Amino acid sequence: MTREMTGAEMVIQALKDQGVDTIFGYPGGAVLPIYDEIVQQEGLEHILVRHEQGAGHAAEGYARSTGKPGVALVTSGPGATNMVTALTDAMLDSIPLVCISGQVPTHLIGNDAFQECDTVGITRPCTKHNWLVRDVEDLARVLHEAFYVATSGRPGPVVVDVPKDVQFATGTYQGPTPNPAAAHKSYRPQVKGDAASIRHAVELMAAAKKPILYTGGGVINSGTQACQLLRELVSLTGFPITSTLMGLGAYPASGDNWLGMLGMHGTFEANMTMHDCDLMVCIGARFDDRITGRTDAFSPNSRKIHIDIDPSSINKTINVDLPIIGDVGHVLEDMVRIWRSSSMKADESAMKAWWEQIDAWRARNSLAYKPNSDVIMPQHAIQRLYELTKHRKTFISTEVGQHQMWAAQFYGFEEPNRWLTSGGLGTMGYGLPAAIGAQVAHRDALCVDIAGDASILMNIQEMSTAVQYGLPVKVFILNNQYMGMVRQWQQLLHGNRLSHSYTDSLPDFVKLAEAYGGVGFRVEKPADLDGAIEEMIAIDKPVLFDCRVANLANCFPMIPSGKAHNEMLLPDEANDEAVANAISAEGKSLV
Amino acid sequence: MNAQNVDAPSAYFLAEVSNEIETHTLSLLVDNEPGVLARVIGLFSGRGYNIDSLTVSETEHEKHLSRITIVTTGTPMIIEQIRHQLDRLVPVHRVTDLTVRARRANQDKPLERELALVKVAGDGDKRLEALRLGDAFRATVIDATTDHFVFEITGRTSKIEQFIAIMKPLGLVEVSRTGVAAVQRGPEGL
Repeated sequence: MTREMTGAEMVIQALKDQGVDTIFGYPGGAVLPIYDEIVQQEGLEHILVRHEQGAGHAAEGYARSTGKPGVALVTSGPGATNMVTALTDAMLDSIPLVCISGQVPTHLIGNDAFQECDTVGITRPCTKHNWLVRDVEDLARVLHEAFYVATSGRPGPVVVDVPKDVQFATGTYQGPTPNPAAAHKSYRPQVKGDAASIRHAVELMAAAKKPILYTGGGVINSGTQACQLLRELVSLTGFPITSTLMGLGAYPASGDNWLGMLGMHGTFEANMTMHDCDLMVCIGARFDDRITGRTDAFSPNSRKIHIDIDPSSINKTINVDLPIIGDVGHVLEDMVRIWRSSSMKADESAMKAWWEQIDAWRARNSLAYKPNSDVIMPQHAIQRLYELTKHRKTFISTEVGQHQMWAAQFYGFEEPNRWLTSGGLGTMGYGLPAAIGAQVAHRDALCVDIAGDASILMNIQEMSTAVQYGLPVKVFILNNQYMGMVRQWQQLLHGNRLSHSYTDSLPDFVKLAEAYGGVGFRVEKPADLDGAIEEMIAIDKPVLFDCRVANLANCFPMIPSGKAHNEMLLPDEANDEAVANAISAEGKSLV
Repeated sequence: MNAQNVDAPSAYFLAEVSNEIETHTLSLLVDNEPGVLARVIGLFSGRGYNIDSLTVSETEHEKHLSRITIVTTGTPMIIEQIRHQLDRLVPVHRVTDLTVRARRANQDKPLERELALVKVAGDGDKRLEALRLGDAFRATVIDATTDHFVFEITGRTSKIEQFIAIMKPLGLVEVSRTGVAAVQRGPEGL
């Protein structure tokens, strides 16, 4: 389909042709022509945020909860620079995000014009790719290419910077290319895995005596089909399975073979199984430093298979024996097929012994905490939230810090795309806009942002967005009046000198909720918790739930910085002295 | 991005990983579009990789393709990372490690040349000596007055380095170098 239209019209048409139904944005001088088209059309809903960073995270939440790309629209200059955090966040967590930014007219570019910044220069390192469109005749092609790049291969954020004169100019609109993967001249990621390597992998798996499946966000990015195939592979092989923070929900937390999350705040059994295994099958994960701990002591006696769509993930930090480049879904499909057709069987007696060992580690009960009937323990709060919401269609987002780790440890995810968290970049302020993005996409679902008292203030203005669009997101604040994770690290690293990690003068969250037009709760006693949570769920409005929790609780178990998987600090061993001496001088320089 | 650059060794390869620093010459075919060089350079600076030399020019005008030749140093693991990271850039069509190609063909190195313009000023014996040495190195005099020469010299980096070192005591004023251009030996292209 080709027809004449203005650049601004092309933006709307291209979004619709790409199947976009919702965009998150904030107007400004350099995008006014596009906003003028938005108000005159139907079919594309625009959600007005209160800060461009909120638009970015909301688009991420939308993307993560639907599997579709998220779209944000911002103006030039500060609009674009405010997006940088969200773009970087999407880059590190491989979230498909298309950001369209306005730019000063082409003849003013480079002139230090009002609200001008070098958007493509600034966003170059934090996007998968970006474009400055100087000619309206290129606009439609670039917009379609942007969607292709954002969603194919390893997904990621892209920026299309559109000068204002290009938005006004008239040109020829072209629809999307039917087969963009074949048509693109240079970007054609490999989707199918090498057949011989996959067969090799299956043979190694059948021969393994102490295997583990280590999965990540790549499984979720690959789609629900990939998650289904992963579950099938687990039931065929009987292998234990663990996951990174980003991969939670690909395999159900209630599954028999589930070991819990691994890594710095992962379970003892997951980390010990990783350390002692003889075969590690890494599926759509990237050996991040939160996962590996000390790399020279990482799973020293295992062969490692690494399935990843991004060749640059292979051998980046950990050398692997068998890399398989391809989309997780396609590779798992081949694996399951070969396992079946060759009537492969896992080594039964070895697996029995392996599971006995794993059960012994499980019995260590590494997530244990001391119950308290006077003060709400943060872990208990998450457990109650989980118990009271698990039967619903619930989406959980988080901010960043202790509450995020407790949520990952204590909230059981049964389905993919239900868990929205900032893993790679660790962006405080992610959770509320992400929950809004998820709620826009799933109006009937329960969307809860598990937050901390410090994080929530970073994008609290988005309460106003939630109220405007009738999005009943629930913000469940574990309020300990500290930046809990910062405080914990000061205790671990800096002799418990709590430098600026205590938040004096926190707002009254109940009044704050009311000021925005939402509803506020404050709960201080464990006995009141269940009733208040149920009340919160029943309210069809945005809620700030100020859950006062034990101020000085630490998040355990933990692999202290610079330590290996088998050197975890467990909750029952973590007395003050152990905590103060957990990290060596070398580990202190690590993050 | 082309996955053929990924080595898919057998499950039992894991040769001893070398931590020796090596110098490799990479050849990239990229779309000649605004910002493409910034993407390549930004990747090196952002990830802390080294650039010893970088040469770029459009080589296929009809297709608007440029060829970038980069000489870099690092451990084999780092060099492999650099190759994959470059390959990930959307406007990059192809990344080839010419040093690895040469090794596989049992050759010492790929064909590498650079050009330098070397200005030398002086008189008397020094001037004569400079001219004589220029001749020995097959450098061409492309500009001269009674008290200076500008030599044009091409060759491998080591030859250029040697020539410059020799000219230093003879009145070296300045040097401009192109950086390395490289191709693989034999009939095949990239």
